[in-house]
Amino acid sequence: MVAHPVPRDWSDVFLTADGSRATVDDAAAEPEGRRGFFRRLRENMSKTRQALGAEIQATLFETLDEETWERLEEALIMADVGARTTAKVVAQLEMDAESGDLEGGEALTRRLTELLADLARPGEGHIDLRPEPTVIMVAGVNGTGKTTTIGKLAWHLHRELGRTVVLGAADTYRAAAVEQLTEWAARAGCEIVTGPPGSDPGSVAFEAVRQGRERGADVIIVDTAGRLHTQDDLMAELAKVRRVIAKQLPDAPHETLLTVDATTGQNGLRQAQLFSETVPVDGIVLTKLDGTAKGGIALAIAGELGIPVKLIGIGEALEDLRPFDADDFASALLAP
Amino acid sequence: MFDSLSEKLQATLADVRAHGTLTEDDIAKAMREIRLALLEADVNFKVVKSFTATVKERCLGADVVGALNPGQQVVKIVNEELAALMGGASMGLTFSPRPPTVVLMAGLQGSGKTTATAKLARWLKAEHGSSVALAACDVYRPAAVDQLRTVGAQVGADVYEQGTDRDPVDIARWALDQAKMAGKDVLIVDTSGRLHVDEKLMAELVDIRRAVKPTNVLLVVDAMTGQDAVNVAEQFSQAVDFDGVIMSKLDGDARGGAALSVKAVTGKPILFASVGEKLDQFERFHPDRMAQRILGMGDVLSLIEKAEKQYDEDEAKALERKLRRNEFTLEDFLNQLRQIRKMGPLTNLLGMMPGLAGQQLKNMKVDERELDRVQAIILSMTPEERRHPELIKGSRRLRIAKGSGTSVQHVNQLVKQFDTMRKVMRQLGKGKMPDLGALMRQGR
Ligand SMILES: Nc1nc2c(ncn2[C@@H]2O[C@H](COP(=O)(O)OP(=O)(O)OP(=O)(O)O)[C@@H](O)[C@H]2O)c(=O)[nH]1
Ligand SMILES: [Mg+2]
Repeated sequence: MVAHPVPRDWSDVFLTADGSRATVDDAAAEPEGRRGFFRRLRENMSKTRQALGAEIQATLFETLDEETWERLEEALIMADVGARTTAKVVAQLEMDAESGDLEGGEALTRRLTELLADLARPGEGHIDLRPEPTVIMVAGVNGTGKTTTIGKLAWHLHRELGRTVVLGAADTYRAAAVEQLTEWAARAGCEIVTGPPGSDPGSVAFEAVRQGRERGADVIIVDTAGRLHTQDDLMAELAKVRRVIAKQLPDAPHETLLTVDATTGQNGLRQAQLFSETVPVDGIVLTKLDGTAKGGIALAIAGELGIPVKLIGIGEALEDLRPFDADDFASALLAP
Repeated sequence: MFDSLSEKLQATLADVRAHGTLTEDDIAKAMREIRLALLEADVNFKVVKSFTATVKERCLGADVVGALNPGQQVVKIVNEELAALMGGASMGLTFSPRPPTVVLMAGLQGSGKTTATAKLARWLKAEHGSSVALAACDVYRPAAVDQLRTVGAQVGADVYEQGTDRDPVDIARWALDQAKMAGKDVLIVDTSGRLHVDEKLMAELVDIRRAVKPTNVLLVVDAMTGQDAVNVAEQFSQAVDFDGVIMSKLDGDARGGAALSVKAVTGKPILFASVGEKLDQFERFHPDRMAQRILGMGDVLSLIEKAEKQYDEDEAKALERKLRRNEFTLEDFLNQLRQIRKMGPLTNLLGMMPGLAGQQLKNMKVDERELDRVQAIILSMTPEERRHPELIKGSRRLRIAKGSGTSVQHVNQLVKQFDTMRKVMRQLGKGKMPDLGALMRQGR
């Protein structure tokens, strides 16, 4: 079967000043908690596997004829990869197959997984935590999972990397958005900066960064209101939030993450395109991969716009955020 | 770039005219375009397959020597088949003879249930004068109850909630009792978002359904959903046998192929469209228009209806008369412009026009400031000048430019464009289709 590279780990995601994981490694200090933690981590890993599915359909390359390519095309389309990227991948594999270098289904499967993984991995996919403090801004279409992702990310940074995190509740628009983020802050064990409902999101973001710096926070994560990429006024507002953050701290936000719901179809490409035209998007968080959707649109986004997926969401609990692993993703795309 | 399917098909089949009938090869080419367009719109692969098979069948027998060109012929067939698949006239909710009518909302996480719940409440109040209560059964997502309480208050619906510690099934049952006691016409039960493969939560939804015996179960589906829409719809259909669908976030530029997929696999109608974050941005769903949107043919009907709402009939008749007699003045133009702008930002309206849908919207942005300028220029003219733009020469131009804070070029341009427009209208008035291309070139 396909030889899997070492799965991407959390320590591959974050760039830290001491060059590696700043993990809380004093396992003996809290034996109960740690054991619990590892069990959960194991469960989680298998959950990722489950979410990303099994291996590519074994029968895909049983025979090699016109129909094989059609079946492959169908599988990719069904995974929301989109017609254009699908055509590109199929044409490439067909060419490789014709060149005679690939013998048998196994070699083809391996090559296909490679092709897909390479497409899905346009860059390194790090999140640089070296700036002090690091400011992360999270944006995306309504309901894609921004707030939940922030809760999980804050929890991870705090729990596993021992970072102090401050959240900025710059969604001042949606009903109870602030209460929602406040609840996540409590769960993750971090502080939160809020403003009154309907207030200017820019000033909340500014205040969050200011107070975060004042309190000596390591990471400041700014939540923003969900918006459709077609709403020019709201997109302009997002650009403004970013500018205001930069006013408080010149290089900030150091990381802008776009949440994309794995169930999204071809519109996801437009989302990524228009959001990244508004604010430079450094990475995608592909959420809700615990459902049956394969999230193939992320492949189109990575392939066509060069934006890497950095994290994936696999559930609604604190620990349901994982690093994106292009190889796992590639084999899961074509799983039955 | 994604041109309207209609244009593509006409280009693909341009040379068919010569031999009078569609050959297998022509049809194969046309089917490829149709298939791509539908996939681009996120219609499910399997649905696309069976759809193109049906269309192909009909095209094979089609005679192309009629009034329509072969491209148009195929478009017509596609359109008809798509409309048939999408369903006919729009439908509504079922009301219980013994109130309260209970509506159960279901859907994936983030699909827009809570917002849709409040919007539906508002809609029911506005259209049916119903007194509506909402039941807060999302006890899982943080602050979901707060959110429902807030939006409920905004639309004037009572919100029955018991915090997040009780079982959602009990809350639903309790809320129904409350609604009965309060003599409410409608109770809408908001539930947590859940994955169709989450057995525990799907079982809970079934229990809620059993507890409140809803008159309508509605599935909320995000218009941006891709191929997975069929899985979601099938599973929810099996579990709670929903009666209809609310498509959310249809104000974006997604083609919304999911609507077609869901209809095709479950046979359940799409009842409502949620078209914005504001609570009054909610409307009945029009299947026929959706068919055109999916094909990228715009939403001409919606546009017409929107226009109809704004114009009163007498005014329209008077206008028509003026057009016919070539008495249309800048004064009338100003009125028109104001009317159109009342319908909302022009970019929204453009999105409903054929050939401009989706992808192209971005490039076709209307500069509202340009329209402001046009209005300012006309307002700086004397009534006499508005009626006889040919008077506008020399010092008058300068005066108008100054008065409107624009330049002489701007004034010239407007007068010239208006002249062109009048020519178009005169031809239309004579019942002739003007050669728009030629006129545009003249106008420049
Ligand atoms: N199953 C699953 N649900 C998720 C995941 N991420 C988020 N959700 C759920 O999706 C819904 C929306 O998530 P939010 O975090 O509120 O999304 P948001 O983008 O902040 O939404 P708005 O601020 O309203 O635009 C909630 O019910 C979350 O619990 C995930 O990875 N898997
Ligand atoms: Mg949010």
